[in-house]
Amino acid sequence: MADLILELFSEEIPARMQAKAEQDLGAALEKALGEAGLSWASLETASGPRRLTVFVDDLSERSADVKEERKGPKVGAPDKAVEGFLRGAGLSDINQAEVRSDPKKGDFYVAVIETPGRDATDIIAEAVPAIIRGFHWPKSMRWGTGELRWVRPLQRIVCVLDGKIVPFEVDGVASGNETEGHRVHGRGPYKVLDRQDYEESLSGAGHVKLTRDARREVILSGIEKVCTDAGLEWIEDKGLLEEVVGLAEWPVVVLGDMDPAFLSLPPEVIQLSMRTHQKYFAVNDKKTGKLAPNFIVVANIEATDGGKKLAEGNSRVLSARLDDGRFFWEKDKATPLEDMAAKLSTIAFKAELGSLGDKVERVAALARELAPKVGADPDLAERAARLAKADLVSEMVGEFPELQGVMGRYYALEEGEPEAVADAIRDHYKPQGPSDSVPTDPVGIAVALADKLDTLVGFWAIDEKPTGSKDPFALRRAALGVVRIVLENEVRLKLHSNLEVSSDLLSFFADRLKQVLRDQGQRHDLIDAVFALGEDDLVLITRRVEALGAFLDTEDGANLLAGYKRAANILKAEEKKGDLPSDLSVDDALIAKGPAEEQALGKALADVEAAIEGPLAAEDFTGAMAELAKLRAPVDAFFEAVMVNDDDAAVRANRLALLTKIRATLHCVADFSRIDG
Amino acid sequence: MTAPKAHAKPKSFQDLILTLQNYWAEKGCAILQPYDMEVGAGTLHPATVLRALGPKEWRAAYVQPSRRPKDARYGENPNRLGHYYQFQVILKPNPANLQDLYLESLYAIGIDPTVHDIRFVEDDWENPTVGAWGLGWEVWCDGMEVSQYTYFQQVGGLDVFPVSGELTYGLERLAMYVFGVDNVYHLPFNDPDSEVPLTYGDVFLENERQQSAFNFEHSDVEMLKRWFADCENQSNALREAGKPLPAYDYALKASHTFNLIDARGAISPTERQAYIARVRDLARGAAAQWAEQEGAGA
Repeated sequence: MADLILELFSEEIPARMQAKAEQDLGAALEKALGEAGLSWASLETASGPRRLTVFVDDLSERSADVKEERKGPKVGAPDKAVEGFLRGAGLSDINQAEVRSDPKKGDFYVAVIETPGRDATDIIAEAVPAIIRGFHWPKSMRWGTGELRWVRPLQRIVCVLDGKIVPFEVDGVASGNETEGHRVHGRGPYKVLDRQDYEESLSGAGHVKLTRDARREVILSGIEKVCTDAGLEWIEDKGLLEEVVGLAEWPVVVLGDMDPAFLSLPPEVIQLSMRTHQKYFAVNDKKTGKLAPNFIVVANIEATDGGKKLAEGNSRVLSARLDDGRFFWEKDKATPLEDMAAKLSTIAFKAELGSLGDKVERVAALARELAPKVGADPDLAERAARLAKADLVSEMVGEFPELQGVMGRYYALEEGEPEAVADAIRDHYKPQGPSDSVPTDPVGIAVALADKLDTLVGFWAIDEKPTGSKDPFALRRAALGVVRIVLENEVRLKLHSNLEVSSDLLSFFADRLKQVLRDQGQRHDLIDAVFALGEDDLVLITRRVEALGAFLDTEDGANLLAGYKRAANILKAEEKKGDLPSDLSVDDALIAKGPAEEQALGKALADVEAAIEGPLAAEDFTGAMAELAKLRAPVDAFFEAVMVNDDDAAVRANRLALLTKIRATLHCVADFSRIDG
Repeated sequence: MTAPKAHAKPKSFQDLILTLQNYWAEKGCAILQPYDMEVGAGTLHPATVLRALGPKEWRAAYVQPSRRPKDARYGENPNRLGHYYQFQVILKPNPANLQDLYLESLYAIGIDPTVHDIRFVEDDWENPTVGAWGLGWEVWCDGMEVSQYTYFQQVGGLDVFPVSGELTYGLERLAMYVFGVDNVYHLPFNDPDSEVPLTYGDVFLENERQQSAFNFEHSDVEMLKRWFADCENQSNALREAGKPLPAYDYALKASHTFNLIDARGAISPTERQAYIARVRDLARGAAAQWAEQEGAGA
């Protein structure tokens, strides 16, 4: 058994690519070694700004010999058969085959093919260059005069098995047993004999924290320490944390400060400036809970002055950034939002759908129309819609597109717009993803719905719908947004009959609604059953589905469904035989002559038909279902005692009419034929 | 190997430039002079963008004044200028130790790596105007971008081989950092102990003011539009005549003329895109023709 260390050492690997590359390299090596017939006790990986490492412990030194026997033709078989056998087994002469005897078949040939095992060194020397050449990076490059592609120039390959170099070369880079440490604190090179040696050299004199976990730990404990010491509170940012984990081999957490005067800027601007441009963490003052005039930077050196100079330098850069931010903020505040909005007419929304200015006009009209339905003031809704996109031409949003809406809200407040208008400007983009909340203020709801509906109706009108995985205009997200806003706020809209939503677009909404209801645990067949009624009010659909689900979970519900199926099957079978009589109306006089069960069903149907009208009109679906439950007993009894196919044609027709009535009554609530079970 | 050491700090802005020039001259670069045309970036000097094409080896370094009319701030912003300098280095093919050479150039201008935090942060460079892109980094010193470091992969829409390593130092920013100055106009331009000490402001402040006024208030947009068309025609005609070098010059002239028009905010976003596409066609066309001629001569 031997231990293997493989390290691919390059110039700085983009932080976002390191974790995946580490995983891919481990998997590729595992696959290659396994396929070559080697075994091992453990395979571990590590990655950092300049290296990917794999440790394989207790690797078998040789793959096993493989002996394979192949049965051939009988002795004395025709030449053709013997030739074919020799070719297949890779033999040149029949004397190389053995002759075996079988009591039934007689003598026949057997080829014994022996493949000797290979040394692990040879297997690795062949596998690693192939892995390197075929490695997939999100973006790769060539350098110098070589043809090899890697994420950045590949400088060294360490490949040591049991203390010895596994010799190979990839495009001018030869494998070796020397690695490098931190550029400033201990570059090395360091000879690598085994894993312990490698880890000790690098984490000691080499000043390299090898694994992501080790670096994350140092960073988190460093953050905790500087925050505790200064009475601050870290504003957790996992995305940024994962990024800085890939930016330093020897992370050192340093607290910097900034001119408190900058705190007059919106906190979003400061935080985004820190995060996007500088990769700093923002911190709150523990006492006030508000942004503190400090930042946390994760450096890659243990500075000889304790980090004083680098903190000052970082602070100066942040000041310059925030100066820019202040310049944009002041310049934007000097421009009325209406003037910004006017510029939208020069920006294309989508060629066939006009400019952003045109879109704003449409959204304003629609927001006004929707306002009464969501309890918003129409004037405020229209006003908010007219200003909602204005900040897209502001300097600040030009710099930080993520602040769209957020800045518009600030500028609106500066100009004394009502708070509802300002909030709607910010919130009309919501929800921006599954974890984002929906607007809850009526004005925000009106504008958010109008904006998304306009986009969807527009793209449907020019036949630009999402196909497969392609959805370049994020139309699915827009539709899902509409569904969530409508459901979470119980907004009552008739999408098809009141708004210009085509039936095709309506079914697109239906699919999104199914997604939402499914996530809530509702059965998709129930959703289909309700949709089939042609309902276009998403809130009502949801209520029906919920009531239906609860009903079917009861014994009455399940049995009634079975009765329905039976009725429907009989009708279907009769329909196959020939057309049912055209006027299938129930003749009460005929029923009165029939058996008691038939009379009871006839009465129950008439009663229930009348009784569900009230609850249905009141949108009380649970109440309607309770009425339907009363049909269960008479339906069961009817099928138990009564023969539908009576010899008397009139009686038969009347009973078929009864069945049709069962079907029709249940269809007042849902199309039961689409329900499974 | 011992830890890297920084040299003494340069005394002035010009001293910093001279130090970089001497450093790269020692590494075998031809020290060129600035290109005599208005360009928005040092990369656009034919010594970089055109020489990156074709099979011939090449090493050069030079200072290039860059004009970005939109960035002008009437001399009122301590960090932004409409006219500034870049120091540009190109090594083709890139030597294997280019990262080390680059870091040593920072040590040479007095940046001490034992107290300053130097980092290579992913930044893929592209210049669609000349159909060029490459992979590399922004180099950060204490969070400030002091250089752009790129391995060219394509220029003029063509794969390059061999690959060039390109370094761009933003000189004013770097100098402000080295001298610990918060306002660009306070940088010592020459030796502050000399008989006539001059600051960056003494040399350039009035220029920034007047040029800003030109860029934003006084330029004649109609005239600029005519110029643009003339440059475009000239560049196309030169390319048709098989003369990519002057054709490229006229592409640069068209590009700067467009930047002036753009600074006035006189064109709609749609028009803007159309102008950019026209400049791109000129620059790419000239670059592609040059590559063809270079390849043929190899």
